[in-house]
Amino acid sequence: MNTWTLMKRILKQFRRDKRSMALMVAAPIFVLTLMWLVLDGDSKTLNVALVDVPDPFQETLEESELQLTSMSLAKAEEEIDDGSIDAFLQWKEQKPYLILEGSDPNTAGAIRNELQAAAAPNDPTKEMNVSFWHGSEDMELFDYIGPVLIGFFVFFFVFIVGGVSFLRERTQGTLERLLASPIKRSEVVFGYLGGFGLFTILQSILIAVFSIYVLDVYMTGSLMYVLLITFLLALTALSLGTLLSAFAKNEFQMIQFIPLVIVPQVFFSGLFPIEGLAVWLQAIGRVMPLTYGAEALRGIMLRDEGIAEFQLSMYILIGFVVLFTLLNIFALKRHRRL
Amino acid sequence: MSFIVQMNNISHKFGKTIILQDINLSIKKGEIFGLLGPSGSGKTTIVKMMTGILSPGEGEVFLNNELMPSLKQMKRYGFMAQSDALYQELTARENLDFFGSLYKLSKSKRKHRIQEVMDMVDLTKHLDQPVETYSGGMKRRLSLAAALIHEPEIIILDEPTVGIDPVLRQSIWQELYQLKENGVTIIVTTHVMDEAEKCDRLAMLRDGKVIAVDSPEHLKEGIGASTIEEVFLHYGGAAQ
Repeated sequence: MNTWTLMKRILKQFRRDKRSMALMVAAPIFVLTLMWLVLDGDSKTLNVALVDVPDPFQETLEESELQLTSMSLAKAEEEIDDGSIDAFLQWKEQKPYLILEGSDPNTAGAIRNELQAAAAPNDPTKEMNVSFWHGSEDMELFDYIGPVLIGFFVFFFVFIVGGVSFLRERTQGTLERLLASPIKRSEVVFGYLGGFGLFTILQSILIAVFSIYVLDVYMTGSLMYVLLITFLLALTALSLGTLLSAFAKNEFQMIQFIPLVIVPQVFFSGLFPIEGLAVWLQAIGRVMPLTYGAEALRGIMLRDEGIAEFQLSMYILIGFVVLFTLLNIFALKRHRRL
Repeated sequence: MSFIVQMNNISHKFGKTIILQDINLSIKKGEIFGLLGPSGSGKTTIVKMMTGILSPGEGEVFLNNELMPSLKQMKRYGFMAQSDALYQELTARENLDFFGSLYKLSKSKRKHRIQEVMDMVDLTKHLDQPVETYSGGMKRRLSLAAALIHEPEIIILDEPTVGIDPVLRQSIWQELYQLKENGVTIIVTTHVMDEAEKCDRLAMLRDGKVIAVDSPEHLKEGIGASTIEEVFLHYGGAAQ
């Protein structure tokens, strides 16, 4: 099996090329961590005022990281107005009402998480009413970012490493040498997808597990599904990267594909709200793999969706992989008709 | 006489530039056939067409009477390209093992052949060294070894002795003669005149045209020249 021969060679090269390996493993983790340190408001003291909160619940809250102060409603409203508290929790008709200051979505998200964590056992915050003092801010933005970032970093790093190494095969003449041997074009492409595919499984697991368990990204769904989608995203990035390397003459040109191919996908993947955009602009997002990957990941991680709910995104991702792979095999025709 | 390689009415363009013009070549089984010409004369293009990795714009290439490209015929030649085409991170052994596997050689056969070809190019001592630590000349020799790994009946060599010192060049030619003894057909491109004299037959190329084909002796006798260089100047000048 020439496909297997090629896969083995790629894995051997990986073992030798410690720096690429480190890049694929350490770089996403490093960048994700940095991003999280910047976005996560954990280090900030969260000031929450309590208005008429029953004593038992107040006691459970004291174990949390929140800075709690009891005060009257009037005082709380005054303080939230000038920004000296971040939120206040009010008890009305046996029910908790959370009023968030709201100008900083990170803080708002963190407070809600803290309250939910503290009240976990007999959770009265489940039916907690949440509203915003400065009500325009979209509170879910914070939660939205996590799944998208996981998808994005997998896509980004696999695209670069896959694209550049296939390009190197071209520039150092080994692709020509390969095609001057009785290997089929499809075997070259499958060998590449297989060799890097094995590696990207590891990488996907690492990025997902690190984000969820170490960085504590909000996650309610199944880890297996998250891995499934990140792996499919990685395969899409890999097949797209190797395909585009056919249109680059050197590494420099390949890197220039990043602002062209990767960056626009970020705009449309859900990091920014696009519902208000013109229909034709939204349609651009519909042809981008990351849109579907991010959508599925958000569904799984935020809403605990099962296969039935995210299957469409999954099939579309598989479709992208098949399409790019076939185009890849076709693009090699330029080098050998057979 | 059976021809192992036949090129009929080959013409080729890259964009608007004419690379080859009406090339007809027939190479006999078991001979050392040289393609002599300055850089840009179309040697590499011709060689790539023989291997099937480039399809001619016009005309046909046959290997053993089979139209190229053909996966079956691709097993029967070994190709040493102008670039070394080796995996830098891997050792010589791993490179050869990889290329050997592509030709479906068994594990024991590969082991045996790796030893043989590395002996041939005098690199046995460096078998387990990563290729990136090799010198330019060593890479050329390893590249030759890779082309020989599957005991091909035709060897196509594109400028095999560039950047190799005279002693080693001598020993590579010794190897080529040895292979010829065993019935292997050798096709070699060169721009070095004295190397051309070592071939059984020679095609002289200039600006994408074949200006003369014959044995070096006949070429010299034909115009009363004493060196191949004179022959080249004679026909090359006449072609203008």
